[in-house]
Amino acid sequence: MEVAKVENVSRVYRVGEVETYALRNVSLTIQNGEFTALVGPSGSGKTTLLQLLGCLDQPTSGRVFINGQEVSRLNRDQRADIRKGHIGFIFQFFALIPTLTAYENVEMPLLLNGMSARQRHERVMELLKAVDLLDRKDNRPDQMSGGQQQRVAIARALAPNPSIVLADEPTANLDTTNGEQVMTLMTRLNQETGVTFVFATHDPRVIRYARRVITLRDGTIAENGTGPAN
Amino acid sequence: MRNYLKMAYRNLLRHRRRSALSALALAIALALLVFMAAFFKGEMRSSLEDTLRLSSGHLQVRDIDYDPDKSSVAWGYLIEKPSEVAAKIASLPPVRTATPRLFASGIVSVGQDSAGVQIIGIEPDSEANAPYRQGLVAGEFLTAEDRNGIVIGTPLAESLGLQVGSTLNLLVNTAEGTVDEQTFTVRGIFSTGSSNYDKGIVLLPLAKAQAFSGAGDRASIIFVLLEDREQAQAVASAITGAAYKVLTWQEMNELLVLVNDFSNAYITFLSLIILGVTVTVIVNTMLMAVFERTREIGILAALGMKGRQIITLFLTEAALLALGGVAVGLLAGGALSAYFGRVGIYFGDLGVSGMIFGDRIYPYLMLDDVLRLSVTAFLVTLLACLYPARLASRMEPVEALRAEK
Ligand SMILES: Nc1ncnc2c1ncn2[C@@H]1O[C@H](COP(=O)(O)OP(=O)(O)O)[C@@H](O)[C@H]1O
Ligand SMILES: [Mg+2]
Repeated sequence: MEVAKVENVSRVYRVGEVETYALRNVSLTIQNGEFTALVGPSGSGKTTLLQLLGCLDQPTSGRVFINGQEVSRLNRDQRADIRKGHIGFIFQFFALIPTLTAYENVEMPLLLNGMSARQRHERVMELLKAVDLLDRKDNRPDQMSGGQQQRVAIARALAPNPSIVLADEPTANLDTTNGEQVMTLMTRLNQETGVTFVFATHDPRVIRYARRVITLRDGTIAENGTGPAN
Repeated sequence: MRNYLKMAYRNLLRHRRRSALSALALAIALALLVFMAAFFKGEMRSSLEDTLRLSSGHLQVRDIDYDPDKSSVAWGYLIEKPSEVAAKIASLPPVRTATPRLFASGIVSVGQDSAGVQIIGIEPDSEANAPYRQGLVAGEFLTAEDRNGIVIGTPLAESLGLQVGSTLNLLVNTAEGTVDEQTFTVRGIFSTGSSNYDKGIVLLPLAKAQAFSGAGDRASIIFVLLEDREQAQAVASAITGAAYKVLTWQEMNELLVLVNDFSNAYITFLSLIILGVTVTVIVNTMLMAVFERTREIGILAALGMKGRQIITLFLTEAALLALGGVAVGLLAGGALSAYFGRVGIYFGDLGVSGMIFGDRIYPYLMLDDVLRLSVTAFLVTLLACLYPARLASRMEPVEALRAEK
């Protein structure tokens, strides 16, 4: 089943008179359960593509589908609804809400989805256990290491049972050990829960984990094939 | 909602001092406003009370030709057989007391010093004289038969160096348009609480005043106090007689009544100006918060939070801030008003002519002023913070996430 699809998508940034093609006529399909790396040098369009897949941004031309539904013509609130229900994000900086504890950060998307208190509690505990941070549940982000924060972010991304988790350079700010730990965790969650992961990276050690690798160069897909982990 | 509160509360705690200062700004403004309102109300209230009990009464019955500005005792201006008229009015049930009074203009002189005064002829036994009788600071009040005694106010006694037992020379403009003169002995010195009023009057027994000024058995007005002043109109229409005109306290004190009625509008107007200035401080704080939290707003948006919810989040924060400010402001303003409401604020003779003001102003806090001001302060803050909140809600998640990596 297709979780996400982009069709002939271009994204042009205009800064003053200058037009930059961040993506140029990209077409791509992501199947359910994939564990896919988006690779390419800095500036090749990885982040832009993830933002389009994640309904954070809209293409200049072309169409984007999530679970078969076209999302490229939706308004702000409708896109927020798609993100809330279907998409999990993991960012390069550990994008947690600084005033909330690990527990509360994971709980946030569940609150937005209107889940009952008891279900929320169960789900948050289950996820914190899965990322091995139960003992850190009452810590604020500034009381945790980068690796721990990124694991909380992974738990949060998975909380609403999304169709797809998009991770933009999730290990770029981590040391090797923590980076490996995060990748192992994502791999395990992908295998155990079947949730689709697409992650952008230019780190060869991270690419090792991918079962499919899509290479971007100057806003176009240069290579599209199976990855080392397949 | 609980979660909005939790987040808003914690966000405020991130910059404790900044939040506290913003709330304090609102608190100070509100305290000031509450105190001002209490002061204004107290002043207006006492001014009206003093005017009614000292000068205008609740009703006055006058001769149809009477001119209050002339203070003339020419017969054509006066009511004949005033005691009978007063007795008739006093028999109406809502009337507490009705008594004739004669006003004449005169000059008090002691040695080289002199002062223009209004001579008021009163029935000494009337209940309507309570403010003077109870206000005696020295000596005794007049009796009806007294033919040489006079009662004066403290400011006059002080400026002319008079004490109980001193004599003074009094000049009067008579009914025939001439001047008469006689020596009187000071029997008592009173203070009604309004030096401004007290300095300009002297009291004589009605019979003496009538004889002295040549008014005969006549009076300028019948001074009427009611059990309930709201009855004034009803009682006025019950008093008949083609030779009279009857004025209610509202008619006699139009300006004061008008100021009183408009005081709410006036206070509200003033409060909007003061709050407008204060609220910029809070809006500024909120704007800083929005810009500092650009990335956080992006994260929340990425998680699926909608514009409306982001507005709610920031407004909750503003509401907490406003609530804190309002609470502290109310306490401070209430305490100030209560304290000065008890001890009063001394102004002395403000020198305003044509109006009676007490020497001490006692702020008077009314619940509806407190409520109106608090609600206004709260709503104005929220309304103003709609701007930063909307700004936050309109941020594009992508832009917000890119901000300052
Ligand atoms: N907001 C923006 N405004 C202008 N240009 C942008 C913006 N975002 C990205 N770009 C440009 O688009 C291209 C692709 O950027 P990006 O998707 O961030 O690449 P990557 O994530 O692979 O480094 C780059 O040339 C970048 O400069
Ligand atoms: Mg990037």
